[in-house]
Amino acid sequence: MKILPLIMITASLAMSMNVQAYQEVTSGGLETIRGMAKVNETKSAEALKRVIKDKNPIKRNYVHQPPVVPHQIRGYQVNKDSNKCLTCHSWKYARETGATKISLTHYEARDGKTLSDVSPRRYFCSQCHVTQADAPELIDNTFKPVELLGSN
Amino acid sequence: MTKESKIKSLLRYLKSPSSAALWFILAIGFAGGVIFWGGFNTALEVTNTEAFCISCHEMEDNVYEEYKETIHYANRSGVRATCPDCHVPKKWTHKIVRKIAASKEVWGMLTGLIDTREKFQDHRRELAEREWKRMKENDSLECRNCHNFEYMDFSEQGNRSVKMHSSALASGEKTCIDCHKGIAHELPDMKGVANW
Repeated sequence: MKILPLIMITASLAMSMNVQAYQEVTSGGLETIRGMAKVNETKSAEALKRVIKDKNPIKRNYVHQPPVVPHQIRGYQVNKDSNKCLTCHSWKYARETGATKISLTHYEARDGKTLSDVSPRRYFCSQCHVTQADAPELIDNTFKPVELLGSN
Repeated sequence: MTKESKIKSLLRYLKSPSSAALWFILAIGFAGGVIFWGGFNTALEVTNTEAFCISCHEMEDNVYEEYKETIHYANRSGVRATCPDCHVPKKWTHKIVRKIAASKEVWGMLTGLIDTREKFQDHRRELAEREWKRMKENDSLECRNCHNFEYMDFSEQGNRSVKMHSSALASGEKTCIDCHKGIAHELPDMKGVANW
């Protein structure tokens, strides 16, 4: 009758051993976007990238790509009260400021009707148009834009 | 000599000035002037600090919180522009005029004109317009205390900045505040604001 406690002790010992000797998990030699870091390892964060301060317009990579923002936009308020982007890029001011005009599609509501001002669904610029950082690509990319867009 | 007669003799001495009393009065006047004037200016300077501005929750909870996210609060070189740098002129006469005008703000504080966020938002356009108007009239004087056009190096500026600064600003057609609105605080509803 003394065999039951013995089994229990052995079992609990075995379990605790199992917890201690955790497995080392590797990515199997494959380099992911995280680099060669092990799966259970916390990689230290990369240094923050600087946003491009001010550059001429950057060409698109594919048709219908929202053009990227070639300048910094820190502190630009875009909310229900004010839209800083439109103080240059709206049709009203684009000629005067020399900024790229927003496309006509931004005046169209979802039912296809053209409005007299920017459609609410196109109002929040940075949902599609993003700033650029001077950073190398994370992985090699051989994508080439179609000819009509020109090369970068 | 009793205590009373001591006081009496002192009074008599002050009432009938001898030759020494003229200098005594002048000295008193001079010392009094130094104390009063120094005290006045010290008190004035105390009201000209950020700590004083945000001692009212109207300022601390609204405009100060908004300002903390902007470049005039935190930036790469650690140079800061605090409340009075932008909102109070540096020259003494202008400063006094602004300080007297600001006594209205004390009344606003006492009557609780903007003592909640909602009330503040309701008045934001009016408050902002007052400040825009003031800066437009003095040709953005407070901006120019630090940002001197004479020393702007266009080769260090971005394309967009050069374009605007070398034309509209250089010709005096526009002043800083015409374009740089809401750089330190949230903007009110901008409907109908020129160039917006």
